[in-house]
Amino acid sequence: MQEITYREAILAALQEEMRRDDKILIMGEDIGPSGGPFKTCQGLYEEFGPARVRDTPIAETGFVGAALGLAITGYRPIAEIMFADFLGVCFDQIVNSIAKHRFMSGGKVKAPLVIRAIGGAGLRFGAQHSQTGESWLLSVPGLTIVCPSSPNEAYGMLRAAIRADNPVIVFEHKALLSTKGPVDIGGPIPPLTGPRVLRPGSDATVVASLAMVGRALEAAELLAKDGIEAEVIDIRSLRPMDTGPIAESVRKTNILVTVEEQAQIGGWGGEVAAQVTESAFDYLDAPPARVTLPDYPVPYSPPLEDAAIPSPERIAATVKSLV
Amino acid sequence: MKAKTAKPQRATAKVRPLTDKDRLDLFRMMVRIREFEEEVQRSYLEGLVHGTTHLCQGQEAVSAGTGIVFREDDYIGYTYRGHGICIARGMDAEAAFAELFGRETGVCGGVGGSMHLTDIDKGLIGAFGIVGGGLPVSVGAGVTAQLNGRGQISATFFGDGATNIGAFHEAMNIAQVWKLPVLFICENNLYGEFTRINHTTPYEDLIKRAKGYEMAAVQVDGNDVEAVYAATAEAAGRARAGGGPTFIECMTYRHRGHSRTDPAKYRDPKEVEAWLARDPIKLYEAALIKRKLLTKQKAEAIIAEERAAMRAASERAAAAPWPDAGIDFQALTFA
Repeated sequence: MQEITYREAILAALQEEMRRDDKILIMGEDIGPSGGPFKTCQGLYEEFGPARVRDTPIAETGFVGAALGLAITGYRPIAEIMFADFLGVCFDQIVNSIAKHRFMSGGKVKAPLVIRAIGGAGLRFGAQHSQTGESWLLSVPGLTIVCPSSPNEAYGMLRAAIRADNPVIVFEHKALLSTKGPVDIGGPIPPLTGPRVLRPGSDATVVASLAMVGRALEAAELLAKDGIEAEVIDIRSLRPMDTGPIAESVRKTNILVTVEEQAQIGGWGGEVAAQVTESAFDYLDAPPARVTLPDYPVPYSPPLEDAAIPSPERIAATVKSLV
Repeated sequence: MKAKTAKPQRATAKVRPLTDKDRLDLFRMMVRIREFEEEVQRSYLEGLVHGTTHLCQGQEAVSAGTGIVFREDDYIGYTYRGHGICIARGMDAEAAFAELFGRETGVCGGVGGSMHLTDIDKGLIGAFGIVGGGLPVSVGAGVTAQLNGRGQISATFFGDGATNIGAFHEAMNIAQVWKLPVLFICENNLYGEFTRINHTTPYEDLIKRAKGYEMAAVQVDGNDVEAVYAATAEAAGRARAGGGPTFIECMTYRHRGHSRTDPAKYRDPKEVEAWLARDPIKLYEAALIKRKLLTKQKAEAIIAEERAAMRAASERAAAAPWPDAGIDFQALTFA
């Protein structure tokens, strides 16, 4: 295990995979000599050259669509979306082309491509540069959608995504880029599906994604001081969504709280709540609760933004109100 | 309608002259595409084709004239009005009909349908139902062609309407900046769905679009199959040699409406009449008779043969079983 940042973990995965397979290439805005606005591609251009590390025009429809063209003709492209918010610009390519191409061909045309989208709030970027976007593509069959919450997950899931033979959307979080954690460099490729229990507990199940995982763990610390043991689960993958282990946890704790950095309506928390209710209805001691952003865009001003993002205190208070 | 030809901007590659056999092949291919589409139309009225379908009668010279240029390892992207290029590329007609009929033996197992005929083994990388949606994908195939370094090209077919959507401009820009071996083949049939080009676009000569990207461009009579061939062959030669993309505007006309529910009453009957008089198959038949490569009787025999072949393929397709309704989506798309 090596202690590195989330940013270094992304870079390590890219380097390692690109060294392993010369069919892998990466495209995006300012990712060449500049190394990427968030420095997630630093050194790639120098090592792999302009053919495999391609600076694109500011044209997400163009280069994300081009990723599909590369993927169906023998390459394994990675497209970096500088801010996840810009997924809105290439929505058609993802939803109508990338997600459906293999299906429409009767399964014959494989599309091994990765879209990395760096999203999330907390850095004072305002409403158009702070969205996680994690649920925007949730209703689209044909996509795999993952959301790494730690350096180890970022490293492992990106490697797994690059090796997958189908389109994978990797949501990264810019507030996590500088966070450090142990990473199993060169370790086994983790699955792209399934949640992971990060802290065991018997009194409540708290499921979170991306930057909210850390806050849920902090909330669990606060709750422990009051004698409440929360089980914290990182959902990891939104598509396919495996709620089996979450239901398993709820059968033990009888309480379900989801935490996500997006508005409640249309979020993944609703789907988790529905699926757990379907499979573990008799075990729930309270209605599932969802801790989310308020139902307005992310505001700019620091106190406003801080108040909008679910805090450990808010998560803990929600759990407390149910147990 | 006079067809104009713009001068290409770069030194031209040599174009292989057509042989007499090529000419007869081109004629037969146009007839085959026509008869395929006529059979689709007949089948639609019989209830064998479902939903909608977009026919290309009148535009056969574009499919045949470009199709003869492509190599087996080239990548071809197209649209929902793409049956013509699929047939020109050698897609099995029975498998194409079966796909349109939603049958198990369809080229995509009946999952794709009329708008999504795809046959990756023949370089037919995909039919895109969203206007302009296929252009960036063809640009990606163009990157593959460039990286492979074997002189492959990527060609992408689209209509006049697509030149108004952002994907077109992003694709043109990237292709030119990266000097990709991509042929942008615009079938300008003057109508985007039900609306004439002058209501939606600042000019009718879409070759002007290429100027903004400093891309080599040529405008040809899209109903003259040899003109289409010459322009495409020249552009392909340039692209294979590393000379970058070309925008090829083929001025043409669809004989039918936008889709099967469209009687196309919005068109001036005089305009329709003028274009029907310039039917690409009739024009070429007359040209080949003049060259003494064809007689009226021989032409009729070719038409009869192709009609019978398409009818037979369609009948075999119609007898094919439906797909299994218990389709395993996970296995189909994630295995």
